Amino acid sequence: MVELIDEKGLRMDGRRVDETRPIKIEVGVLKNADGSSYIEFGKNKIIVAVYGPKEVHPKHLALPDRSILRCRYHMAPFSTDTRKHPQPSRREIEISKVISEALEPALILEEYPRTVINVYLEVLQADGGSRCAGITASAVALADAGISMRDMVVACAVGKISGKVVLDLDDTEDKEGEADMPVAIMPNLNQTTLLQLDGILTPEEFEKAFEMAVNACRHIYEVQRKALIDKYFGEDEVGEE
Amino acid sequence: MSAVKKAVVVERLRKAQIVEFLSKGKRLDGRGLLDFRPIKIETGIIEKANGSARVQIGNTQVIAGVKIEIGEPFPDTPEMGLLVVNVEVLPLSSAYAEPGPPDEEAIELARVVDRGIRESKMVDLSKLVLISGKKVHALFVDVDILDTDGNLFDAASYATVASIATSTMPKSSVGQDGQIKQEDESIPLQINCIPISITLAKIDSEFIVDPTSEEEAVMDARITFTFDDDGKIRAGQKGQPGTLDFNQVKLAVEIAKAKAKEIREIIKKSIKDAKG
Repeated sequence: MVELIDEKGLRMDGRRVDETRPIKIEVGVLKNADGSSYIEFGKNKIIVAVYGPKEVHPKHLALPDRSILRCRYHMAPFSTDTRKHPQPSRREIEISKVISEALEPALILEEYPRTVINVYLEVLQADGGSRCAGITASAVALADAGISMRDMVVACAVGKISGKVVLDLDDTEDKEGEADMPVAIMPNLNQTTLLQLDGILTPEEFEKAFEMAVNACRHIYEVQRKALIDKYFGEDEVGEE
Repeated sequence: MSAVKKAVVVERLRKAQIVEFLSKGKRLDGRGLLDFRPIKIETGIIEKANGSARVQIGNTQVIAGVKIEIGEPFPDTPEMGLLVVNVEVLPLSSAYAEPGPPDEEAIELARVVDRGIRESKMVDLSKLVLISGKKVHALFVDVDILDTDGNLFDAASYATVASIATSTMPKSSVGQDGQIKQEDESIPLQINCIPISITLAKIDSEFIVDPTSEEEAVMDARITFTFDDDGKIRAGQKGQPGTLDFNQVKLAVEIAKAKAKEIREIIKKSIKDAKG
């Protein structure tokens, strides 16, 4: 058994129990995409592209009153400790679905009838919590693509290791720990858009963990905002537009 | 998952303009016929990979990662390690790339890149054997195409070369019990040469290097050559339905050889800088 929390209450990478890993978000990293972003969340490195709204193929999938959102979460073969086969796994397909459902409530899809919005997430390096980092980056890429949104979506995982509720589990903590719970919220509308849980939590621990995740999301939301503001209202841009 | 838009009406009209420019020795983006766009190479960007490189040629952006694992040799080459180069044209990379299994263009791309590295003997596979016929090191190079603006063949090849050349692997030994021990200490992967791929596009009767997507959409033929350190040709591939006459084939080799020499210096420098 690995010692996940030391006698000072610090985790293996020196974080406190309620601390996230360092976060860096960049906007507009790909030329071809209508919107794009890159996130580093600890050792997670994820690039996201948004294409659309555009015509739906095959056509019969188009909806007369709104756009459809499709997400594809994919891990690069070199993103994990042992090489991952390039073909999408069942895990990646499920994650693609929950990411799509986490983002959809924030999008005003009724503005784009008979179209599709594609969100492609490529995990270049995975280190626990990649779906949360992916959701956070996707919301930024959707905003960069100029898609009408009700709110941002921001996500963070929370869990339990060595009997303590902790924020933002990394790979080792996720594997050795007792519980992992990814949460995504719309920070201004105060709505939960994703909630998954595996492991054991008492109802009291659940409440504490959920609150911790929401607070972390609010903090990460500020990082999202700053990345977008820097891109669109950054000092370099002033006077040019 | 084709990353290049097929020539349709607008592209055909554009072709007339491109050809007119080429006849004056110019290209739409202001380059000369045999000029590359700026090449940017970063290595060591994925900590979990044994080696990695991001290559940008103009707006084209690719990333390669090397994973070195222990595997079994092919039955017909028991004294050789494994080298697999795989290229994924991600739907992320262009509006014309769709998710799904790779199409014939993506497969051709992956195979041409693989062939250049393999045939150049950049990695001496005979040195990757742990237990003859049973256990060998397997090198997987996976290339993700992130942003497409032409010349994926060369971009993917340079990323592959840079990632292999900067790879390290755990020191391994075979114990008396036949178990393979991997130590914490990492050693650099030995390489024999630096293969350089140069792809030419033929538009009308002119050759250009480093075509953009716009130029690839109207090209008649494409030809790729890979050269080793001595300037010897190690692999070649002609693509697209257009033809080359015999003199054009010779000319293509000459152009590619001269260009490979120039690009080799850029790649070598990035590898040297990475190794410190």
